[in-house]
Amino acid sequence: MANGKRLVVEPAWCKGCGYCVEFCPKKVLVLEHEKIVVKSPEACICCGLCEQRCPDYAIWVEKEAM
Amino acid sequence: MPSQLVQNTMRTKRLPHIWCPGCGHGILMRDVCQAIENLGLEREKVSIVSGIGCSSRAAGYMDYNTLHTTHGRPIAFATGIKMAQPDMHVIVITGDGDATAIGGNHLIHAARRNIDLTVVVFNNSIYGMTGGQYSPTTPTGEKGTTAPYGNIDGDFDIPKLAEAAGATYTARGDCYHVPQMIKLIENGIKNKGFSIIEGVSICPTYYGRKNKKGSAVQMMHWQEQNCIDIKKAEKMTPEELEGKVLIGEMSRTVRPEYTELYDEIIRKAGGAK
Amino acid sequence: MANEQKRFQLLQGNEACVEGAIAAGMRFYAGYPITPSTEIAERSAVRLPQVGGKFMQMEDEIAGIAAALGASVAGMKAMTATSGPGFSLKQENIGYATIAEIPIVIVDVMRSGPSTGLPTSPSQGDVMQAKWGTHGDHPVIAICPCSVQDTYNQTVRAFNLAERFRTPVILLMDEIVGHMREGCELIPTDELEIHNRNTQMISSMPYAFGEGQYVPHMTSFGKGNLYNITGLFHDAAGFPTNDNKIAGEEGSRLMEKIKVYKYSGILEFEEEEMEDAEIGIVCYGGTTRAVQGAIEMAREEGYKVGMFRPVTLWPFPEHELIERAKQLKRLIVVEHNYGQVLLTVEGIIKGDTKVEFIGKVNGTTISPKEIFRKIVEEEE
Repeated sequence: MANGKRLVVEPAWCKGCGYCVEFCPKKVLVLEHEKIVVKSPEACICCGLCEQRCPDYAIWVEKEAM
Repeated sequence: MPSQLVQNTMRTKRLPHIWCPGCGHGILMRDVCQAIENLGLEREKVSIVSGIGCSSRAAGYMDYNTLHTTHGRPIAFATGIKMAQPDMHVIVITGDGDATAIGGNHLIHAARRNIDLTVVVFNNSIYGMTGGQYSPTTPTGEKGTTAPYGNIDGDFDIPKLAEAAGATYTARGDCYHVPQMIKLIENGIKNKGFSIIEGVSICPTYYGRKNKKGSAVQMMHWQEQNCIDIKKAEKMTPEELEGKVLIGEMSRTVRPEYTELYDEIIRKAGGAK
Repeated sequence: MANEQKRFQLLQGNEACVEGAIAAGMRFYAGYPITPSTEIAERSAVRLPQVGGKFMQMEDEIAGIAAALGASVAGMKAMTATSGPGFSLKQENIGYATIAEIPIVIVDVMRSGPSTGLPTSPSQGDVMQAKWGTHGDHPVIAICPCSVQDTYNQTVRAFNLAERFRTPVILLMDEIVGHMREGCELIPTDELEIHNRNTQMISSMPYAFGEGQYVPHMTSFGKGNLYNITGLFHDAAGFPTNDNKIAGEEGSRLMEKIKVYKYSGILEFEEEEMEDAEIGIVCYGGTTRAVQGAIEMAREEGYKVGMFRPVTLWPFPEHELIERAKQLKRLIVVEHNYGQVLLTVEGIIKGDTKVEFIGKVNGTTISPKEIFRKIVEEEE
């Protein structure tokens, strides 16, 4: 969580390809039972690289509600 | 609730989509939606036209005027839409087989006319929907279920093919370099004329498995390391460029656009209002 | 007005087709040159821009129908024209128009086949292809004009039916009618009955239809109603489905649609001198004139002969012919093929009426004398 943004996941849409896990610069994510899990939310810098490369729209960065 | 982009541009009730785990098409479809959003186009004034194959399922998920046509024919259908409504942004989503094999004739002739269509080719180098047959963009020597001993056909360079036929904007992007791919699509939409953007996709299920390319993640790494920006490539030696895929804007020319030329015909014939 | 057309003109059937289409509201044509239909493309190229419409010569036959369908989806009444070989190539997209329910008129000016055949010679060999040419079960409307004026009138009707029922309509001409040249009255649009597709959506579901109705309404792309069109079986929302119940219902509705409205404007047939006839002649399109000539000759000799002409060939006026046949000793089918409508007539005519046939496929036309000889041979 950073700069008023937060990371959101939708495990039901995750197909477990592993792109987000592999290309996360801060190693925030893991797959458990082939579904996305935010393992280290404190390390997330909300860069959005996971969202860009997720083919299934199961992970994204959004503005935190005020 | 999915991301704002997905909510704004996709039919969320239809998601998740049918594509396989790791399929690059989902990334490319999001890129198209992001490009449309970045340009601030009204959704009512955007038509998405697709053919048949994995790529062409995209139309059904995108919340615009969407037309899922017959195999190879989306560019011809799109031509009719554009002629009927020249202020419509007509975007064709097609695949390597759809656009360059069964639909190859429509591709080159639409390029020749320079009609204002934006064609995004989701190129996974294989016929995925039918289970992994080689396509016109399967690299020579590689395998498909119908090329069990290796493909002896030459493979198309899609932007070059379209440029030679008369396209006024040609480009190639991939699934790893996302911001660049989005920008290339935006520029294609902005170009008043025939634009084509090849999106090098990832097919771990068929192309990858048939050709021992490893996991989806390994295939994404391959794009990271082997898709080289055309500007960077200018400084590289032929040896260094061996086996690389060039990405970026490949060509841009200026030529009169077809629907505008036809308006002139109407004026000449005395049919203008 | 420089572009205003004279009301009475000497025209070819092919030219009358274009004038009828424009009067009916055609504003887009896409096609590929092919004998003997090319004059339709040529006159469209001249006339459409004069009325603010658009003509496109496409790269192939398939692109011709595809572009026309695209224009129709975007709200323009559209047409494509071809002949045998091109009609074969267009078949897949005729099926697409059927399942996606996109109005379009497809003109096939029949010539001798198979393959390249006799390109400049008359034939009626595509009658069954018009009915069954595209794959899968589907209904079809095919209309056969028999003269230049009839071509004008029937082209208007073809557009009306396509728009009313959201379906492809095949205008099945032949070389004789296409190249026949005679006087034609270009009845202006404001004197014609013109139908346009109903664009008021019934609900947010684009393929929903009202109680007791069979035709969903259709808004054009670009009018704010974002929806999906596909050639896959689809639900009321327009999205692909594998649901067997929905697929079954959709398939049945498409078939029923044409059946239910058969007597609401689809069916049309013409009879001449049938009141007292003992011998009936079934003909359509280009053989009609020869049949009329033969009937005149036979009547002069005292034979009671009449003509039954299906104007709408598909769906066929079965019940009407069955009823009429009850008074007939003989029914002679005259067509430029080896017996295509004959198959249908033999299938429906039971009882005492003898079904006979005159066919010809050698590049020449059937003459009134040949038909006359057939009439008298059994009577002597």
